[in-house]
Amino acid sequence: MFDKKELARITREKERWQQTTLPKWLSEHPERQKEFHNTSGARINRLYTPEDIQNMNYTRDIGFPGEYPFTRGIHATMHRGRLWTMRQFSGFGTAEQTNKRFKYLLSEGETGLSIAFDYPTITGYDSDHPKAQGEVGRCGVAISSLKDFEILFDGIPVDKVTTSMTINGPAAVLLAMYIAIGDKQGVPRTMLGGTTQNDMLKEFFAQKLCIFPPKPSVKLVTDIIEYCAKNLPRWNPISISGYHIREAGASAVQELAFTLYDGIAYVESALERGMNVDEFAPRLSFFFASHNDLFEEIAKFRAARRLWARIMRERFKAKKPRSMWMRMHVQTSGCTLTAQQPLNNIIRVTIQSLAAVLGGTQSLHTNSFDEALCLPSEEAVRVALRTQQIIAHESGVANTVDAIGGSYYVEALTNEMEEKATKYIEKIDNMGGVYTAIEKGFFQKEIADSAFKYQQEIDTHKRKIVGVNDYKIANECITIPLLRVDPKVEEDQIKRLQKTRKERDNKKVKQTLDKLHDDAEKNQNLMPTIIDAVKAYATLGEICDVLRGVYGEYKELIII
Amino acid sequence: MNQERKIRVLIAKPGLDSHDRGAKIVARALRDAGMEVIYTGLRQTPEQIVETALQEDVDVIGLSILSGAHTTLFPRIMELIKEKGLNDVLVFAGGIIPEEDVPEMKKIGIKEIFGPGTPTETLVKYVKENVKKKI
Amino acid sequence: MSYEELARMVLKGDRRSIARAITLIENNHPKTQQMMSQLYRHGGNAHIIGVTGPGGCGKSTLVGKLVKEFRHKNKTVGVIAVDPSSPFTGGAFLGDRIRMQELSADEGVFIRSMATRNNLGGLARATKDAVCVLDASGKDVIIVETVGAGQSEVDIIKVAHTILVVLAPGLGDEIQAIKAGIMEIGDIFVVNKADRENADRAVIDIRTMLEMNSGKQEWKPVVVKTIAIEGKGVSQLVEKIEEHRKYLEKGAFASKRREQVETEFFEVLRQKIEESFLNDLKKKREFDKILEKILAREVDPYTAAENVIAKKLKNNKD
Repeated sequence: MFDKKELARITREKERWQQTTLPKWLSEHPERQKEFHNTSGARINRLYTPEDIQNMNYTRDIGFPGEYPFTRGIHATMHRGRLWTMRQFSGFGTAEQTNKRFKYLLSEGETGLSIAFDYPTITGYDSDHPKAQGEVGRCGVAISSLKDFEILFDGIPVDKVTTSMTINGPAAVLLAMYIAIGDKQGVPRTMLGGTTQNDMLKEFFAQKLCIFPPKPSVKLVTDIIEYCAKNLPRWNPISISGYHIREAGASAVQELAFTLYDGIAYVESALERGMNVDEFAPRLSFFFASHNDLFEEIAKFRAARRLWARIMRERFKAKKPRSMWMRMHVQTSGCTLTAQQPLNNIIRVTIQSLAAVLGGTQSLHTNSFDEALCLPSEEAVRVALRTQQIIAHESGVANTVDAIGGSYYVEALTNEMEEKATKYIEKIDNMGGVYTAIEKGFFQKEIADSAFKYQQEIDTHKRKIVGVNDYKIANECITIPLLRVDPKVEEDQIKRLQKTRKERDNKKVKQTLDKLHDDAEKNQNLMPTIIDAVKAYATLGEICDVLRGVYGEYKELIII
Repeated sequence: MNQERKIRVLIAKPGLDSHDRGAKIVARALRDAGMEVIYTGLRQTPEQIVETALQEDVDVIGLSILSGAHTTLFPRIMELIKEKGLNDVLVFAGGIIPEEDVPEMKKIGIKEIFGPGTPTETLVKYVKENVKKKI
Repeated sequence: MSYEELARMVLKGDRRSIARAITLIENNHPKTQQMMSQLYRHGGNAHIIGVTGPGGCGKSTLVGKLVKEFRHKNKTVGVIAVDPSSPFTGGAFLGDRIRMQELSADEGVFIRSMATRNNLGGLARATKDAVCVLDASGKDVIIVETVGAGQSEVDIIKVAHTILVVLAPGLGDEIQAIKAGIMEIGDIFVVNKADRENADRAVIDIRTMLEMNSGKQEWKPVVVKTIAIEGKGVSQLVEKIEEHRKYLEKGAFASKRREQVETEFFEVLRQKIEESFLNDLKKKREFDKILEKILAREVDPYTAAENVIAKKLKNNKD
């Protein structure tokens, strides 16, 4: 990027500086620490100069926004044109309560819905299953049948919003319900916009909410990708997620590498089904976490875009630029929130959001300051949303494209991230791919080790966490208003479910479920039959049970 | 054989949530402190947890939950512990348990609740000091 | 609770007492011996199955499925799963039962994890006693599971009547197994994860190896393919286990039993002799004196040892 003469001059000058100005200053002002590291364990230099990026080629490695390799962003004008989507994940209690919260968020200026489901729904159980006891509506909204979904979207026209659903194992069932709602509202399927998370691979080693074993799980994922490519052109069938990998304890590099490897596996699965890469790749989307180390995170987002573009072009021979786009949603990191001095979390969320925006995200969720304690209260949710609005409209960081690109530090970090992630990808390739790596517990071990190391750094005060291991308030009494889910929610939900089971046409339910069983055995794409089953008010648990019967249930591999 | 009595600990995850990062870090720290640790894996019913504690004859049970279902599941677990006569087992809990639930949890027999941000050394120390001498 | 009462409750099958009894054994509690003398007479009815093999071959999953299969046949089952202790901290993760957690609440199943506690010789003894407790409590089948890592673990597994050696294709297991010396002791070889490439290759390799070793024994070790995670091949495996049991009952059992009892008796005898001499020595601080003499080369270790024995025997006579 620099000519040789100029570089030589910089090297000479740096040496001079290192022999004169620097030691003189250091002799009287020692540095705070002997060494500085980021969360990925990389040593951070005192100073970055053109020397650190001398092997870079501007057009090859950085380029222009909207062009390969998309380091600076996937769109030509980035946030100068359209701001990112401010999408707050929410859902709790019954469908009625969440419907109310959705309407509130839309009225406050939110631009997309994001549904959190409760654990029974996520793990494929109806609200009246014995395992659901005490969990109904606690950490998200309870959905057992289309009846619940009809209430959830009452008065919300699905052609006017985009909806993101954090659902994996039973993703096909929930997507089928959304399609059914669209059909009822008279919205053409081509108009339905939104995302199903539908990323099963990370479940096996990070989030661990699995129903079926890995191979049938990926089969279902691919069913959705295929169905959407043919029928729902505005739907993101999958959101390949690093968020949970990071939350489980991975470093930024591991988050990047493992997420991209999952992406590779899904592309391979769709290709095996005979699809053309440019037919489905443009709709693949990604989901990352944003932590506190501002520059490490920015570098991660930039490296992710560049690396994905290279993988799609070189490994999978994609032709369309859109197939090489890494469109991403970012959420600020839940595990960085502290229960101590909860208001401090607002500052953490701000830093993390800045990283996401400067990193060029398409969509952002900001966590609420009380989430280390409970589900967020309305006030806390508002502050979180306001944080994004302040960054968008007051900070000025969104007024130019890739504001931090060209920083010697950030470019060097971006390169390092890409290199390290590439090494991981090669390692997993050599191991025999994602299934073998899961079976061997490779990801699990890497993540568990990082998590333990991070905790040890905190315990030994190598890493300071304000309010937790330093700057503590003695006998802190945490008083913030807590949002409680009324235990009556469970009762009401179960009543509704049982009423639905009684009133529906049970013959039709049985027919659709039998057909689902047959289709699953014959290895057909299951989306059309699941849509039929859902419309007949077959419940989520019933549908998952049929599939459990065919595919078996996954047993977690425990690596500590 | 080694004459020294080993502390045996069961780290259990009741409920459907899958946040096992904390439970695993605790398990690892207790093992590194020389204890024998049995980890149940995710989504264990109260019956499974207590039966495991009984068969493994553990001295300590650590419960981890982040889903909010502790108000339903913990009382059931404590009930079963009493029913099976595991009265000398030390039970502690961690995860997301709001401050205002703590008195109720202590009343049913959970000896200590550790919130997010508790250093592992605090836990190790707590277990060593509070485990009851059996036999 | 007194040891008599504990033993009585174990005989009744009381789960809490079984658990307690095994803890006594693990801690080498002074009451252990008396308790065991109560229980020993009531043992000898269970079919003891040893399961060993290198890590990652799917042993625990397979054991879980075996237990289920035996339960279908209305047999009660005890499981002892052995995991290594850390040589540095003495701590251990006892992770095998995770694969069998769904069986935890079944009244007909009792699962106990044991750590090696860095004392593999002693562990073999403790495992035998723990098996005896489960046996006396009335379990029909007892499965002992351990990582096939070396001679000491081979000793542990020798408590079994029927030994399963579990391998998985592609892990280079066969070589590890030969190194660990577990190829010679297997009655049934299981090639688990048989849906993997090279499964048939592994079967052939094992058969070839067995033919080279085969000699005088009447029982020809068999090879069974399983996919434990899907439960495939498990009922065939149980059939083979049953066949082996019938073979033992026809006569081999008596000789095997005799062999085991002989080893066991010698082990205990050796341990007792050792303890009685060492305890005496250590109590009287004579130990240090003798060591100093040897160090100073005033006496050689052989003579010193003979002197100690002679003295002890003389004292006993007086």
